[in-house]
Amino acid sequence: MSEVEGVVEGETIGVWGRMVQSDLWYSFTHSPLAMISALFALVFILACLFAGFVAPHDPFNLASVSLFDSLLPPAWQDGGNISYLLGTDDQGRDVFSTILYGGRISLLVGFLSVAFAAVLGIAVGLVAGYAGGITDAIFMRIADIQLSFPAILIALLIDGVFRGLLPRGLHDEVAVYVLVLSIGLSFWVQYARTVRSSVMIERTKEYVQAGQVIGLPPGTILFRHILPNVLGPVLVIATIQLALAIITEATLSFLGVGVPPTQPSLGTLIRIGNDYLFSGEWWITIFPGIALVLLVLSINLLGDWLRDALNPKLR
Amino acid sequence: MLSFIARRLGLAALVALTVSALSFGLLFLSGDPASAIAGEGANDADIAAIRSFYGFDRPVIVQYGDWLWSALHGDFGQSYYFQLPVSSLIADRLSVTMTLGVCGIVFALAVAIPLGVAAAVRPNSIVDRLALFLSVVGQAMPSFWFGLLLIVLFAVKLGWLPPSGTQSWTNFVMPTVVLGYYAMPAIMRLTRAGMLEVLGADYIRTARAKGAGEWRVLFKHALRNAVIPVVSLAAVQMGFMLGGSIVVESVFALHGAGFLAWESIGRNDLPTVQALILIFSMFYIVFTFLADILNAWLDPRMRTG
Repeated sequence: MSEVEGVVEGETIGVWGRMVQSDLWYSFTHSPLAMISALFALVFILACLFAGFVAPHDPFNLASVSLFDSLLPPAWQDGGNISYLLGTDDQGRDVFSTILYGGRISLLVGFLSVAFAAVLGIAVGLVAGYAGGITDAIFMRIADIQLSFPAILIALLIDGVFRGLLPRGLHDEVAVYVLVLSIGLSFWVQYARTVRSSVMIERTKEYVQAGQVIGLPPGTILFRHILPNVLGPVLVIATIQLALAIITEATLSFLGVGVPPTQPSLGTLIRIGNDYLFSGEWWITIFPGIALVLLVLSINLLGDWLRDALNPKLR
Repeated sequence: MLSFIARRLGLAALVALTVSALSFGLLFLSGDPASAIAGEGANDADIAAIRSFYGFDRPVIVQYGDWLWSALHGDFGQSYYFQLPVSSLIADRLSVTMTLGVCGIVFALAVAIPLGVAAAVRPNSIVDRLALFLSVVGQAMPSFWFGLLLIVLFAVKLGWLPPSGTQSWTNFVMPTVVLGYYAMPAIMRLTRAGMLEVLGADYIRTARAKGAGEWRVLFKHALRNAVIPVVSLAAVQMGFMLGGSIVVESVFALHGAGFLAWESIGRNDLPTVQALILIFSMFYIVFTFLADILNAWLDPRMRTG
């Protein structure tokens, strides 16, 4: 059998070349909103990742934080200090720096819980869709049950259970993972349902039958052959759920059951600032909130673009 | 249709039963309930006495049956924290949450449906873009932060509304707006999509041809059909809202069931938590059941699913 022309060409232009030539890239470069969102999200994520270099102050180094600098307003207001661009909080920590460090925690929880939910949901969806029958029925009933609990309540509960089981110090250490577990557990259903319905369509196609005829084990057919074909919608869900996970984490931290104040996320920062809202120090809570909204907004807009780009029929 | 209802009812019952078993299991997840009640520093004899007083020494399945039977009769046991029957504790809290939920959904429908209609009448107009903008921003703004912004503006700066509490109807204004805001984008998009589809239909052209006024065409002829899926969406949203009220009630310190759930989890008051989880989930199950039945009744194609 001779090599197919297109394949040889595809190999010579490489991954990057193929990406630039793809429909997805074309759609991306022709959507200003998607490009701006991607740019913002990228800059925000990088700034958070390298908060140690980007942030003007280290808010968690007690030696460099001074109570004399506490509750300073933003730099452009009376009494503001140019070195604290967005003002300082009650302990004299630079608000801009705490946003970067806090964003890191928020993003960490967001990415980990989406990954956890996606792996769990995809596995359930693949197995349920491919096996069908009683297996499918059981998994889908579990999904129904999962959906009938409000997500926030589930997360509150899981956190409560861990709080009861673990000693105080240990709980603070594992708080991030408890959050990931509780957010991930309430998010897997959507992946499972989407993957399941895609698999049920793919299952009847010829390449799957061919795989079955030559005796490939179900696991190989599922993960090597069907999975790549159902990943499109999964990517869309994952993007939109990343935004949702970040919001949920912020909500839980705001309710006081998320990450400990020694390691604040954006939600924790908003909660800390909440106590100063009535005395007029609005910047402590407003700026982390704006950062959170912009981050979530850019991720959401990217998700919307991706959904439309992958499925032009939706428009 | 009857067989669909029966099947759907069976499913709802199954889900409800599992949910009840899960919320019962909670009591045991966070360790030995007897020592939790006794508190720190209790000796073994005290714990044993508590164990037999609350019946924790019986087989789990017996305890579950007993608990479920009482729960069905409205008896959720004693609150660890208040030392009062949970049912009396919840009753008036629940009415606050229900009021908030109903106000929230009414507010959402009252704003989102006209906005959706206006957006559909002139696609890509300023109104359409504004509606899209509101829904995109709405999805990006966490409800607790939106609530805080409202407090800053209307309670701290302007002093028009009380920031927290449950004393009068003015306490419900901001929570209603926050809770309703989150149901709006979905309702608006669905109304817009439905209207766009319906407005292209032949019977609308007929109505216009026979000289019906524009308002009459829009609201009497078009909206009636376009709003059908919105009704069942609103039912589902209502179920979600009762869960979402946990956050909203906590932000505004509104003494409803959601606020109680949050406080009770913090206090390890398990019987109260159990009861609230069960009630919240039951509401959700009932509302989604109603939505599905409504959908199937309106659209026969749904009955096979």
